[in-house]
Amino acid sequence: MKQSPNNIFDNIWKPLDEPCMGKIVICTGTGCVASGSLKVLDKFVEEIKKAGFEVAQNFTEAKESEKPDSTVRLSKSGCQGFCQMGPLVTVMPDDILYTKVKPEDVAEIVQETLCNKRVIERLLYKDPVNKTPCQGQQEIVFYKRQSRFVLKMCGELDPESVEEYIERGGYDAAKKAYIDMTDEQVCKMILDSGLRGRGGGGFPTGRKWDLTRIQPGDKKYVICNGDEGDPGAFMDRSVMEGNPHSVIEGIMIAARAVGADEAYVYVRMEYPLAVKRLRKAVVDAEAKGVLGKNIFGSGKNLICHVMEGAGAFVCGEETALISSIEGKRGMPSPKPPFPAQKGLHGKPTVINNVETLATIPLIVNLGVEKFRQIGNESSPGTKTFALSGHVANTGLIEVPLGISLREIIYDIGGGVTDKNGVIGTDGFKIVQIGGPSGGCLTEQHLDIALDFDSLKKIGAMIGSGGLVVMNKHTCMVSVAHYFMQFTQNESCGKCVLCREGTKQMLHLLEDIMSGEATAQTLELLEQLARVVQKGSLCGLGKTAPNPVLSTLRHFRSEYEAHVFDKRCPAGQCKKLLVPEIDPLKCKGCTLCARKCPVDAITGERGKVHTIDPEKCIKCGACVAACKFEAVVGV
Amino acid sequence: MNKKAYIYVDGIKAPINGERNLLEVIRKANIDIPTFCYHSELSVYGACRMCMVDVEGQGLVASCSVVAQPDMKVKTNTAEIRELRKIAVELLLANHEQSCPTCKRSSTCKLQDLGRRLGIEKVRFKPVNKQQPLDESSNVLVRDPNKCILCGDCVRMCSEVQGIGAIDFAYRGHDVSVLPAFGKNLDKVECVYCGQCARVCPTGALTAKSHVSEVWKKLDDTKKKVIVQIAPAVRVAIGEMFGKEAGTVSTGQIVAALKMLGFDRVYDTCFTADLTVIEEGNEFIQRVTKGGAMPQFTSCCPAWVKFVEQYYPEYLDNLSTCRSPQQMFGSVARKMLPEELHVEQEDLVVVSIMPCTAKKFESRRHEFVREDIPDVDYVLTTQELGQMIKSSGIKFSNLQPESLDLPLGFKTGAGVIFGNTGGVSEAVLRFLHEKLTGNTQYSFEFHEVRGTEGIREANITIEGATYKLAVVHGLGNARTLIENIKNGSCEYDLIEVMSCPGGCIGGAGQPISFDPDARKKRTKALYEADKMLQLHKSQENPYIKKCYDTHLGEVGGEIAHKLLHTHYQSRKRIHDAEFSLMPGSKPNKQLDIRVCVGTSCYLRGSQDLLHALIMDIQNSDYEDRVDVKATFCFEKCSEGPVVRVGEKLVAQATVEKIKQEIEAQLSK
Repeated sequence: MKQSPNNIFDNIWKPLDEPCMGKIVICTGTGCVASGSLKVLDKFVEEIKKAGFEVAQNFTEAKESEKPDSTVRLSKSGCQGFCQMGPLVTVMPDDILYTKVKPEDVAEIVQETLCNKRVIERLLYKDPVNKTPCQGQQEIVFYKRQSRFVLKMCGELDPESVEEYIERGGYDAAKKAYIDMTDEQVCKMILDSGLRGRGGGGFPTGRKWDLTRIQPGDKKYVICNGDEGDPGAFMDRSVMEGNPHSVIEGIMIAARAVGADEAYVYVRMEYPLAVKRLRKAVVDAEAKGVLGKNIFGSGKNLICHVMEGAGAFVCGEETALISSIEGKRGMPSPKPPFPAQKGLHGKPTVINNVETLATIPLIVNLGVEKFRQIGNESSPGTKTFALSGHVANTGLIEVPLGISLREIIYDIGGGVTDKNGVIGTDGFKIVQIGGPSGGCLTEQHLDIALDFDSLKKIGAMIGSGGLVVMNKHTCMVSVAHYFMQFTQNESCGKCVLCREGTKQMLHLLEDIMSGEATAQTLELLEQLARVVQKGSLCGLGKTAPNPVLSTLRHFRSEYEAHVFDKRCPAGQCKKLLVPEIDPLKCKGCTLCARKCPVDAITGERGKVHTIDPEKCIKCGACVAACKFEAVVGV
Repeated sequence: MNKKAYIYVDGIKAPINGERNLLEVIRKANIDIPTFCYHSELSVYGACRMCMVDVEGQGLVASCSVVAQPDMKVKTNTAEIRELRKIAVELLLANHEQSCPTCKRSSTCKLQDLGRRLGIEKVRFKPVNKQQPLDESSNVLVRDPNKCILCGDCVRMCSEVQGIGAIDFAYRGHDVSVLPAFGKNLDKVECVYCGQCARVCPTGALTAKSHVSEVWKKLDDTKKKVIVQIAPAVRVAIGEMFGKEAGTVSTGQIVAALKMLGFDRVYDTCFTADLTVIEEGNEFIQRVTKGGAMPQFTSCCPAWVKFVEQYYPEYLDNLSTCRSPQQMFGSVARKMLPEELHVEQEDLVVVSIMPCTAKKFESRRHEFVREDIPDVDYVLTTQELGQMIKSSGIKFSNLQPESLDLPLGFKTGAGVIFGNTGGVSEAVLRFLHEKLTGNTQYSFEFHEVRGTEGIREANITIEGATYKLAVVHGLGNARTLIENIKNGSCEYDLIEVMSCPGGCIGGAGQPISFDPDARKKRTKALYEADKMLQLHKSQENPYIKKCYDTHLGEVGGEIAHKLLHTHYQSRKRIHDAEFSLMPGSKPNKQLDIRVCVGTSCYLRGSQDLLHALIMDIQNSDYEDRVDVKATFCFEKCSEGPVVRVGEKLVAQATVEKIKQEIEAQLSK
C-alpha cells in the first residue's frame, strides 16, 4: 500500500522560524498580479500600519524585528495555481485562503481576521457543487486532490529571498551532492529514482546525465530549458518565478553530476519576471557562497548565466536552443550528434527542462525509495499541468503521474462546463494534451493512467503539460486547424516537410472547414500528415501533425460530415452553417430585416421571417439585432 | 588486420571507406540518392529530407546525418520513401514560381530534374507562392526569391566557405526567406560577387546577371569593332555545355564560334596574364630589395580585392598594385588597338569571356573607367557564351578549331595555368627563378604550389634566399590566413588568393556541373595545356617583349604604371543603414549625429561612446535639438571611433570632442 504522497512531502522542508505575530501571504504570480494583487499588497502595508503594527516585508526584516509581537510578516509568493480565483491572500498560521481579494477588502481582513481571528466568509472559496465555503487549501477540492511537490514552495516562499530558501533547507541537496557524493553516485541516484524529463519526451534524466558524464573533455555545460512556449502552458514559468532557487539548485546538482563548470538558464523572453528573479537568485546565491567558485569547499566551480530567449517557439527544441545561445538563428540541426556528445560550442551538454531540474533537489533530499513511492512504476514522481478550457476550476495543478484524467477533470477541475460556463453532466468531449505537438484523449481514455508509457501507447504524449478540456460544442476540425496554425507560424522554416507541409495541411483543413473538400482532400491530408510526422527534421515538425492525426483517428465521422454532408456537427464552422430563423422563436418584429445590409431577410410584420442563404453574407448583424435568439446558423 | 567494413544497400554489399556519412557510401554504390541541401563542401544541413532511407532497426533516417556503421542494412526505395520524396517535391513545387521555360536554370534545375525523375505529373497542393520583387540591384547577381526553395546552400557557402555571410535566413513559418542584412539589396551589403551562392543554388533563385543582349546589340552595330578576350579557365569548361567531358580543351572551337558570332578579333587573357607575371614579379623584387609592405598579396581576383577593401583595409598596401589580367587587357587593348584596327576609341568594344561573376563588378570599378569609357565594356560568363552559341544554332562540337589573333592572342603556359589555384604563384616563380638566377635551364614546373588544400605553403629557395609562399583558395581560408598573420603565428613573402574553390576553373560563371570531379578535370586540363605549349615562361613571350618595346616602355616604368597598375581603397560593408537611438526621437532635429558602430569602430569603443554620448545629451540643454543615430562605416576605420557631427567627421572621437563640436555647430 502506497503512502499518500502528501505525507511523503511533509518533511522535506524545514519549518520557518519567524517570530512575528502573524503572516499574510499574497500571491504575486503573473495571474494574480494581472488581477491586481500588487495593489492589494500596498493596501495591506497601509492598513497594517494603520492598525498600529509594524510590517516586515521580507524574511530578514522579520527575523531581525525588534518587536516581533507587534510585527506582521507580509510575504509575496509565487503562483499558487488557482489563478482563476486571484488575487489570492492567505492568512497564517490558520491557513485561511481568501479569493478574489480587492483592495477595499483589505481593511476588513486586517481588522477581522488578523486582529479578531475571525473568518470572513464572503471571501472564502465556495465549492461549485455543494456551495459550501472552504477555509483553506485543505478544504478546497482543487488543492486537496493535488500532490504539490515541486510547486509546494511556490505558494509559501518569498521567491526573492535566498535567506528564506536556505532557512527552509534549500541548497542542502546541492551541498550533499558536492561534498558527500561522487559524480557517478549522483547520476546513479537520479537514474535509480526513475525521473524522466518533464519537457516532453520523458527520457530518463539519469541516463542523459550519465551519457554526458562519460564524455571525455574538461569543458561541459548544463542548460536549463526555460523556453516554455506551448499555448496555455505556464508550469515552468510558475516554478521559475515562484521558486527560482530550486531551479538553480537543480542546475548545480546536474553540473556536479556531469562535471560542468558553466550553466545557462535559457528563459522565454516573454517571462520578464522569471528572468529578473532568476538573475537575482544567481547573484544572491553567489553572495551567499553557495554558487560560484569552490562550491562548498569542493574545489568545483560553476558559473551560471541567465539568458533571455530569442522569442521563437522552436528555440525550445534543444539543438535550436543551443544555436540560439551561441548567437545564431534558432534552427534545429540533425541528431546525431546529440547534445550529450556535441552540444553548446561543440562540448558535451546536458539540457533539462525547468520542472525536471526543480525536482532534482527534492529527490536528493527525499531519497530514491521515498521518491519512487510517488507516481507509478514506469513514471515516478509528480507532474505539473496547466489545466484550462471547459472546466470549472482552471489553473496550475500538480498530480502524481499515473493519475486518471477523470480525477483531474472531475475532481480537481470540478467538472466540465457547457457553453454558458455551468457544470453539465454530458459535456465532455476531449482533452488536448501536450499542446500543439500533443494529441487528443477522449471519453474512452478517461480512466487510463496518465504516465509517459501509457500515453505513448495510445499515440499521445504528456508533452510539457498543457491540458485543454473541451466540451461537446467544440469542432474537432477547428481544433486541429488552431494548433496547425500555431505550428505553421512557429516553424523555423528549415526543413521542407515542416515548413511547406504545415502550410498545406492548414489549407486542406481550411478546405474541409469551408465545404470545399472532397474525398481526395481527406486522403491527401492523411498522407501528408504521415509524411510530415515521419520525415521532419526536429520534434516540432515530427509532432506537428499529431492534432490532425489524433482527431482523425477518434473523430473521423466528424471530418466526414464536413466533407460529404457539408455540415459541422458542433456547429462551429461558420462557412458550413445555413442561416435560418427559428419559426418558433421569431416574433416578426422586422428588426433583423431592417439591419440586414444585403436584404437577405424577408417577412411581413408580425409574421415569421426567412433568410435567403444565397444572399446572406453571415455578417451577424441580424443575430445581434434579434432579441429572441431566433436567428441561427450565422 | 582490420576487417573491411560493409553496409548492405538494397541487398547489395557496399564498402565503407571512411565516408563522412551514409549518403556518400550509398552514392558510391551507384544509387543516386536525391538531395537539395547536401553538398560535400558544405556542412550537413539536413533540411530537404530527400535523402531519407530506411535503416533496419532505426526506421527512416536522413542519410546525410548518420554515419555508416558496419553491417547496416539500408533500403533506399520503399513505398514509404517514394511517397515521402514525392510529397516533398510536390510541396516545393506548390511554393515555387513555375516559369520553367523562361528560367535561366531550365534544364540545369535540380527541382525540375527531380520532379521529372520522380514522375510528378500533377501538384496536388494549392499554389502558395506569393510574388516577391527581384533583386537586380547589382551588375553581377540576380536574386529571385520566388524561385528559392530555402535549402540554405547559398547561406552556408557564403558563410562557411567564403567567410562572409552576406545572406542569411530571416523570419519564421511561411515568411522565411533568404535575405541580405537588414533586408537590403545585394549592392548595399558586403557581397563580394564571387557568385559561389549561385553556383550551388539548385534552382534559379540566384543567377548571374546576363549581358548577352547588350553584346548582341554591339555585334549588330556595323560601326563597332567588337574584340574579345578569353580567360584561361573558359577553354576547359565550355565543352560541358555541349555534351563534352569536363576538362576538354576547346580553345580553337571557341575562337571559331566567336568569329561566327561576329566578333572582329579574338584574343587571349593569357597574354595579359603573362604581362601580369612580369609586372607582379618585378613588383615583388622591388618590395624585397627596396623595402615595401610584405607579404605581397596577389590582386588578380576581384572578389578577393573587394574582400580586402571591406575587411582588411590595413592590408591594402600589401595587395599587388598590378591590375588583374582582364583589366590589363582592357587598358592595353585601348592603348594599342584603335590604331591597329583603325577604329575610334568609342567604337572599340572590349568584351571578356570569364569563368567569373565578380569580373562584371570589376569592369565597372571607377579605377578602370576613363572618360566614361570602361576599359572592358562587357563581361560574359562561360555560361553566357555557351548560351549565345546555342541560340545561334552553331554546332560547337563539330567546329574546326581556329587560331587566336595576334598579338594579344599569343601566350605561354604560365598564362594558361592562371586559371588554377596556385597557378599565379607558379607562373611568378618561373619568372623570379630566372630573373634572380639568370638560369634559363630549369624545370618549369613547381609542384609545391599545386594541389587542392585550402591553404598551402611552400618554401622556395632561390640563390640561397628562401621565400615563403602561401596559396589560398576560398575566402574563408583567406580570412584564417590573415588572422594568423595578424596574430604573428605565421609569416610569408608572397600570398596568392583566389576566392573560388579550385581557383578560376571553379568560378561561378562556369557551366553548371553535377560531376563531382569536374573541378579536378578542369585543373588537370589546364596543366596539360601548359605542357602542350612551346613556351612556359612569361618572360619568353615574344609579343610581350614587343609590346613593352612599342607601347609600354620599361617593366614597372611610368607608362606601365599608368596602364597596368592601380591602387584600392577601404570600402563600406553596408550602405544606407541607420538606426535611431534617441528615446522618443522626433524628426527634423537641428543637428544630426552619426556614430559608426561597424566592427572596426566597435572594437575601438564606439558602443560605450554611444551610450555615454546619449546620456550626456539627455542631460544637456540641447537634448531636443540633436538626434543620434547608429550607422555603419565612414571608411576611416583606422581612425575610429568615427562620429559625424552635422557634416563634420570627428576621428578618434571622445565624448568631450563631440560635445565641443556639437556646441560649436549649434552656436553658429
